[in-house]
Amino acid sequence: MQWLFKYCRSSIGSKVLMAVTGLMLFGFVVGHMLGNLQIFIGQEAVNNYAATLKEMGALLWLARIGLILAVLVHISAAIRLTRGNQKARPITYAHSGTVQATYASRTMMKSGLIVLAFVIYHLLHLTFGVILPEAHSATDSLGRPDVYSMTVLGFQNVLVSLSYIAAMLLLGFHLSHGVSSLFQSLGLNHPRYNPIIQKIGPSAALVIVLGNISMPIAVLLGLVSLPAGAAS
Amino acid sequence: MNLNLRVWRQSNATDPGKLVDYPAPDISEHMSFLEMLDVVNERLIVKDEQPIAFDHDCREGICGMCSLMINGIAHGPEKGTTVCQLHMRHFKDGDTLVIEPWRARAFPVVRDLVVDRSSFDRIMQVGGFVSANTGNAPDGNAIPISKVEADLAMDAAACIGCGACVASCKNASAMLFVGAKVSQFLHLPQGHPERKSRASNMVAAMDHEGFGNCTNQYECEAVCPKEISVSVISELNREYTRATLTSGSD
Ligand code: HEM
Ligand code: FES
Repeated sequence: MQWLFKYCRSSIGSKVLMAVTGLMLFGFVVGHMLGNLQIFIGQEAVNNYAATLKEMGALLWLARIGLILAVLVHISAAIRLTRGNQKARPITYAHSGTVQATYASRTMMKSGLIVLAFVIYHLLHLTFGVILPEAHSATDSLGRPDVYSMTVLGFQNVLVSLSYIAAMLLLGFHLSHGVSSLFQSLGLNHPRYNPIIQKIGPSAALVIVLGNISMPIAVLLGLVSLPAGAAS
Repeated sequence: MNLNLRVWRQSNATDPGKLVDYPAPDISEHMSFLEMLDVVNERLIVKDEQPIAFDHDCREGICGMCSLMINGIAHGPEKGTTVCQLHMRHFKDGDTLVIEPWRARAFPVVRDLVVDRSSFDRIMQVGGFVSANTGNAPDGNAIPISKVEADLAMDAAACIGCGACVASCKNASAMLFVGAKVSQFLHLPQGHPERKSRASNMVAAMDHEGFGNCTNQYECEAVCPKEISVSVISELNREYTRATLTSGSD
């Protein structure tokens, strides 16, 4: 097993860990968005989806543990790599220049930390119900947790919606570099596919940002609203 | 043409150093950047001042000694060009040029613009070679190598080890250099027997020297005077992972 620890601590091993955990997190972000987009189908679809997820029990916990591990590894590798990079150039240039490094690629740590802060707030809000407890304990007519109304109520608050939209833009920045970059980290580089790989990050980021911000925007515009008869 | 130079002056490794302004009037646009510095130095010597120390040797773009950061760009603004091959016609009359040494923990400044790049040599010593038995040289043409592979090996072997990749990298990473050195052997049959030990030893040495970690921003490729592609970094990632997963079966 020692070889594995040595690998994970090496520069290249750490980069591969970043890429693998980044890919896992990206997979979650895509699945999460697709699930949530059912808000456009209606209350029944979303609440049913949420109840089905909860019923998966052990499988749900397996996925959660996997995600928590991925987050911990992603963050600790990010901190270790960033520290190493700062130490590698103790004296910086008086006049620094950039030829082709994108803004997103130079701010990965900042965008990552803001996304982390958002994820914590988001979990407190919607998973643990700390922020709007009344909405969190509401149930629908079938006695299921009323995820639909909870989400709509949350987004009807302009500040909540705006912070959510801002966080998604930052996630978009992170993914626009990250999703292309992970191919290179994993050793996938080929002249025939490189043009596609370069576009895959920005395109994935665009889809994620548009998909996710469509929900608060739809609520704010009144296109998605509380079901008739629901307590508001 | 008349230029304003701001040059890093540092008398030895422990001196904190500072940027010093030098006006450089009457510079011919046909000079190379290093010839321009020669002229500035001659004028300094006449005034009984210490000339600016900078590294150079072949002055024809093949040895890898010259190494200047000009306005934040390694080897200056011309793509695929060492600073010894960079001509003053690429600058404008009245330009202010900030000239700094390569900056990296693994490249300590010796004096002014001269840095110690022996960390590269130490990386080479642990794997940048093929072991050969003594005796008659075997016939090179006896081993068939496809044109594609030979070209890839040559592309990587174009690296002159100047260190511009490290200097330009936001993280002072040496992965373009190490990638090129691993890649040039990977595409030739002679390199295969030692490919695993080469990849793992060279990466270990690179990490040990205190270089940073690649974050796939590709600044190195943009400034490399030999235009080495970042595909060699991807190859290095593959080779190191492969060597780790299968070591013990060399
Ligand atoms: C939903 C959450 C997140 C997703 C989907 C995600 C995704 C990714 C992906 C795909 C990469 C590219 C990996 C590579 O270059 O091979 C990456 C890199 C990175 N991430 Fe994240 N990430 C997330 C959260 C975070 C957080 C919370 C942090 C901050 C601690 C962070 C910091 C970084 C850094 C610094 C890099 C660049 C590492 C490098 O290039 O060496 N990420 N991320
Ligand atoms: S002096 Fe030899 S490459 Fe510039």
